[in-house]
Amino acid sequence: MSARPIPPTSELTEPYWDAARRGELVVQRCERCGQRPFPPRAHCPGCGGPSLSWAPVSGRGTVHSYTVAHRPPHPVFAAQLPLVVAIVELEEGPRMVTNLVDCDPADLEVGMAVEARFEPIDDADMVLPVFTPTRRPGSTGTA
Amino acid sequence: MSLRGTAAVIGLAERAPQRYTGNETNLDLLSGVAVEAMADAGIDRAEVDGLLVHPIGGLPGFVPATVAEFVGLRPRFAEVVDLGGATGAGMVWRAAAAIGAGMCTTCLCLTGTRRRRRRASPRTSGAEPSSTVHQPRSNPPTRDRSPHAEFDAPYGLIGANVGYALLATRYAHEYELSDAQRAKVAVDQRRNANANPAAIFHDQPLTIDDVLGSEVICEPLHMLEIVMPAAGAAALVVTAADRVVDAAQPPAWLLGAGEAVTHSSLAQAPDLGETGIGVAARAAFSMAGVGPSEIGLASLYDCYTIMVLLTLEEAGFCKAGEAGAFVESHDLSYAGDFPLNSHGGQLSFGQAGMAGGMSHVTEAVRQIQGRGGERQVQGLEVAYAHGNGGIIAEQVGLVFGAGR
Ligand SMILES: [Zn+2]
Repeated sequence: MSARPIPPTSELTEPYWDAARRGELVVQRCERCGQRPFPPRAHCPGCGGPSLSWAPVSGRGTVHSYTVAHRPPHPVFAAQLPLVVAIVELEEGPRMVTNLVDCDPADLEVGMAVEARFEPIDDADMVLPVFTPTRRPGSTGTA
Repeated sequence: MSLRGTAAVIGLAERAPQRYTGNETNLDLLSGVAVEAMADAGIDRAEVDGLLVHPIGGLPGFVPATVAEFVGLRPRFAEVVDLGGATGAGMVWRAAAAIGAGMCTTCLCLTGTRRRRRRASPRTSGAEPSSTVHQPRSNPPTRDRSPHAEFDAPYGLIGANVGYALLATRYAHEYELSDAQRAKVAVDQRRNANANPAAIFHDQPLTIDDVLGSEVICEPLHMLEIVMPAAGAAALVVTAADRVVDAAQPPAWLLGAGEAVTHSSLAQAPDLGETGIGVAARAAFSMAGVGPSEIGLASLYDCYTIMVLLTLEEAGFCKAGEAGAFVESHDLSYAGDFPLNSHGGQLSFGQAGMAGGMSHVTEAVRQIQGRGGERQVQGLEVAYAHGNGGIIAEQVGLVFGAGR
């Protein structure tokens, strides 16, 4: 559980948040050209196609970039410092803003493998997809 | 149609940035610099038939009409430019384009933001602020969609520090860049500010050790690599080529302009090396018919040290990956071999809200006009000004020349 700005959802994005509540990461896929746009939207930015279907993704990705924030970007994060904000590139292509959790900030690297976790938000019936470094086989650490 | 030589900036006004404005409203600030800029250009308000403004707090809409009424204008061309830190630069080419299209002959470009001391928020018993108050202050609640509030803000990508830190981390991964190289930008710009009485840090020298010894806010960025929010206002008068001869001040001719808007969320930005920075800069240079090597003053948007480095290489002042070495091997002061942000940049002059981005334009104009005072760049013929909005989302490049 963590305190956060609560995401204002819309009818179009509900399937994304419903999936997160089930512990699943889904992104849209264009039925015409195959592009996977993120964040969710009504029309494909690649071809203009109006048919975007929801499809589960692996939840695996790599760190495109990250920063360790030592001051809260918003007061609601004050008790969560240091806060690791990252951009993760999913195996399936799209990049998303996220947090890296359950990790030692000193061990983080651009390009490292990460996998999705699902974190309930305080005082809201919502679950937020976050990421954590993928444990290498044979590793004994807690990632 | 090319804008080259269509119009020139013939007057400007700029308030020295300050931490807080007293009771002045945004409308007060804008109308104040409007009057001062017209006086600087030696023109009467009846001659102004174009007006460019930006969204301002307090007005949900109708900004051009409100400002026009308050200043006493009846423009034939009026619009809002909403490009974040690229707004001021974006206004200049729009003014020239409207002039070139015959929609107006003399256009006022106004930027300004007030800033008031915040009341301390009441203390709560818990260590954490109430988690029911979740909406970031910068995002007023809305019934329509806000992708930023839904997919960026919940993770703390709020404000700009986190975003530019993400860019700095990625840059250092792709290329070489040391903390000291980034700090050099802030230090050389401070030397410029020390020669600019209007700069907020005019009286304070700065060393690389000072920068590297300041608090790390978002790794790898230190406090002194980050602009300090301030308040202020700035205005320009842009006029048609055939009106320049009558002006009270020498003209700063607009020789080239380019613009690029590439994303809203940083996660959807183009890769480094392919951002809108280079797109806008190349278009501006191409229109002007000059290259980066002919630029005598680079007035580059510097919300963070990393932004200057990204712009130096994507605009073509140095090769990809060489920005760190470039700033290390050049004297970036007004008297140096590569004058950069001779007013001190926003890092040392002050980021006066929406007038912060405009300060790169006013300085380029002032220097081209030969009005740089103690910090005048000697023998300056061509200057480049760059505006940047959001987290490298909106880019505008402008080339100014002393000659048409
Ligand atoms: Zn498509």
